Amino acid sequence: MITLNLNGKDHQLEVPEDMPLLWALRDVAGLTGTKFGCGMGQCGSCTLHLDGKAVRACLTPVGQAVGKRVTTIEGVDQDPVGKLVQQAWREHAVAQCGYCQGGQIMAATAMLKENRNPDDGQIKAAMVGNICRCGTYTRIRTAIASAAGKLQEGQA
Amino acid sequence: MSQREHNAGEPADLVVANLSRRGFLKGLAATGALVIAANWGMPSAFAAGKKTAFVADALPHGWVDNPKVLLSIAKDGVVTFVCTRAEMGQGVRTSLAMVVADELEAEWAMMRVVQAPGDEARFGNQDTTGSRSMRHWYAPLRRCGAAARQMLEQAAAAQWQVPLGECQAQGHKVLHVPSGRSLGYGELAEAAAALEVPPRDQLRLKKAEEFRYIGKEAKRAVDDDDIVHGRAIYGADLRFPDMLYAVIARPPVYGGTLKSYDASATMQVPGVLRVVEIAATPIPSGFQPLGGIAVVAGNTWAAIKGREALQLEWEHGANAAYHSPAYRKALIEAVRQPGKRLRNVGNIDAAQMQATKTLEATYYLPHLAQAPMEPPVATALFKDGACELWAPSQSPQLAREQVAKRLDLPLDKVTVNVTLLGGGYGRKSPPDFILEAALLARELPGRHVRVQWTREDDLQHAYFHAVSAQYLRGALDDKGVPSAWLHRSAAPSMAAPFGPDSRHLQQFELGMGLLGMPSRLRNLRQENPEAAAHTRIGWYRSALNMPHAFAIQSFIAELATAAGRDHRDFLLELIGAPRKIDPELLGDTTNYGESPSQYPLDTGRLRAVVEEATKQAGWGQQLPPGRGLGLAVHYSFVSYVAVVLDVEVRTDGVLVVNKATMAVDCGPVVNPDRVRAQMESACVMGLGNATLSEITFREGQVEQSNLHNYQVARMPLAPREIAVHLIRPEGETALGGASEPGVPPIAPALCNAIFAATGKRIRELPIRNQLMDWKV
Ligand code: FES
Ligand code: FES
Repeated sequence: MITLNLNGKDHQLEVPEDMPLLWALRDVAGLTGTKFGCGMGQCGSCTLHLDGKAVRACLTPVGQAVGKRVTTIEGVDQDPVGKLVQQAWREHAVAQCGYCQGGQIMAATAMLKENRNPDDGQIKAAMVGNICRCGTYTRIRTAIASAAGKLQEGQA
Repeated sequence: MSQREHNAGEPADLVVANLSRRGFLKGLAATGALVIAANWGMPSAFAAGKKTAFVADALPHGWVDNPKVLLSIAKDGVVTFVCTRAEMGQGVRTSLAMVVADELEAEWAMMRVVQAPGDEARFGNQDTTGSRSMRHWYAPLRRCGAAARQMLEQAAAAQWQVPLGECQAQGHKVLHVPSGRSLGYGELAEAAAALEVPPRDQLRLKKAEEFRYIGKEAKRAVDDDDIVHGRAIYGADLRFPDMLYAVIARPPVYGGTLKSYDASATMQVPGVLRVVEIAATPIPSGFQPLGGIAVVAGNTWAAIKGREALQLEWEHGANAAYHSPAYRKALIEAVRQPGKRLRNVGNIDAAQMQATKTLEATYYLPHLAQAPMEPPVATALFKDGACELWAPSQSPQLAREQVAKRLDLPLDKVTVNVTLLGGGYGRKSPPDFILEAALLARELPGRHVRVQWTREDDLQHAYFHAVSAQYLRGALDDKGVPSAWLHRSAAPSMAAPFGPDSRHLQQFELGMGLLGMPSRLRNLRQENPEAAAHTRIGWYRSALNMPHAFAIQSFIAELATAAGRDHRDFLLELIGAPRKIDPELLGDTTNYGESPSQYPLDTGRLRAVVEEATKQAGWGQQLPPGRGLGLAVHYSFVSYVAVVLDVEVRTDGVLVVNKATMAVDCGPVVNPDRVRAQMESACVMGLGNATLSEITFREGQVEQSNLHNYQVARMPLAPREIAVHLIRPEGETALGGASEPGVPPIAPALCNAIFAATGKRIRELPIRNQLMDWKV
């Protein structure tokens, strides 16, 4: 039995320590917002936060998450920056199929929490690991810039 | 109405092939307080009709416009619309709901959308392919909304005992105009539902100026809130307490079979419960599963680990010899020889003899995989002689038919529920992955069984976009005017997985950008040399339009250079004066399934997008070395798209696309923001295809395994700005497609821009490191 802190609540999961967090969340804890896209750290669909830092759930064994705060897309609105990013995504109608967007939002939120005023190069560097097959990158960039603008205005 | 081309070709005598056999709803009743739903019985006045202006008629089961099938209104006024087409990012759930809501005079905030399960007899054609959902459903859904609105007005008139003419539906209520009284839709719903649906000829459709949603700028998206909160339900997101999870080891070579296997190590993996053998399907496998060994476990991870532990021995079969470098060579040789003649106008040989200049070029494009971010996945439950399935399917009705056939069940014992699709691009039309789940569920009755494809599975067992080679030869006369054109196109056919491989493209494939090329050319020949299929060939967003647009639009630019002419001017002259052409006269008997009289090929519209894109992009401006503008235009899915890309090639070979300018004429537009989004999407996907993506085979097996070696566009490749200019055509035009037609012109525009920037002509895709040696 492993205890994980998921979106602020402790959960007991009966999973082996080497199971990737991705499958523990999806198949066992029932948090399906974190998506499977490649299983090898290539696509970013499974991005979540461990103690506020973006990690790939498909490469993170459950054991590594013990004692840390796990934040998934379902819980990121508890974070004022996350909430702002979600709003920016809606304002700019970023999502197409939406499958990658949880991971995109998690990656963007983690970046903005560290750097409230990223330039274009920093945005690209933070987001290059997140693939969107629907090709929403141009809107993602716009949404991130608009969220950053709101952070400057002190909205979060 | 269509003007005849002066050089009509031979009558097209090829058979029109129609591969185009082409939602999450736990039963309507499960969606809540649907008081009307109980009464929404069988079509009365509105059985799917015979004759309309749209060729949707020709598709299986056509359309439905009966509000008793597609709409329900609850007592609280919430309107539930049953969306019959699959949502995969094109915004169809929002856009179709906008059409119905507009005619219904409904408040947008009161609209809910549920997804129809696969049932064409009830819901009309559900094949979400070919960029045609809106053009086929626009008119029926307007009628549907209008009919419901009139029923609500009638119900109000009856309740107030006033003449119907005094009642007017407006903003989710019916107003009694003389008295100012009103009744909300929710209050009227039950009475309205009991009324007959008015006959079609008594419907009062809105005038365009009365539209509230159709054609209006707004960012609406019915699923956005769920998406940004991680609540949206895709194929793998349904949870059932008794769920089993399976992954399958499939024959690595198409047509291969299992010789032997040993699962003893697999059974030691904690969580693994069973292995099940699935019989291989011999070639041509059609929609059937490839077969193999399924590992069934208590969670996905255990199933994956269990599969890794399998000892497998395969009999690879005839396709084990499929080797991409050798195939490429043979394909290029094939297009350098004459092939099956499709169309021959004038005399290209004589014209070449008299030419001042001739030019030839060979273009090669590789196989591609659709690689939707959500790999194929399906869940099935087999219980009491019935099978219920949940899947991200572009064609749930096809899945249902195929499951019924394969499990030998009556159609009404099979239910296919449709989740959101995490991308489709053509991959989720063939129901092979859904059939796998059905077969496993039959082995494990009473349990929900999910078949999860990994990315490796997806890349190795796609229905691949065809590899292709094309040869073009052109002649210029003494004035630099093109006087002859020869185009040979060879690629394995999408029909090959479904029957004996004819080694020739089908008419609908030739209609994707090869035939139907409008031009002033008096001497033209088009040929289709043979190409055999050694893997499953399928549909990838815009399909054969990609190679055809690439070759034609690149070659026109090459000819313009040879003639010393400006590319745009040369292109416009080649297209010729504005006129409407019956595509059949150009040898294209398919025209995306649309009637040639309603959808003539309009060179005026083709010219207009070229003119608009070049104007907006500042065509003709001086740019520094290493930077260039590239242009391409293409007609597909009865829409017209021109693109200008502003590209920079750095000395280290790095390619930067600064800006994309797209001019689009897809007829009247319902949801402008989503049409723009589709163009942005097409642009980025097109750039990824052109620069990075390639599937190759070695000894019959796909060499790429995951997204590190099958690369697709990432953020740095996306233009900083994609400006989409929507051109509203003059006069009465019918709706065109929007999801696919943006893709084909991207790759040629890119290579034309690279040529403008560097003088280097790229004829083989992907570009990958072909620019490495370039120096300013
Ligand atoms: S699923 Fe984790 S990075 Fe792709
Ligand atoms: S929105 Fe479809 S993959 Fe990103």
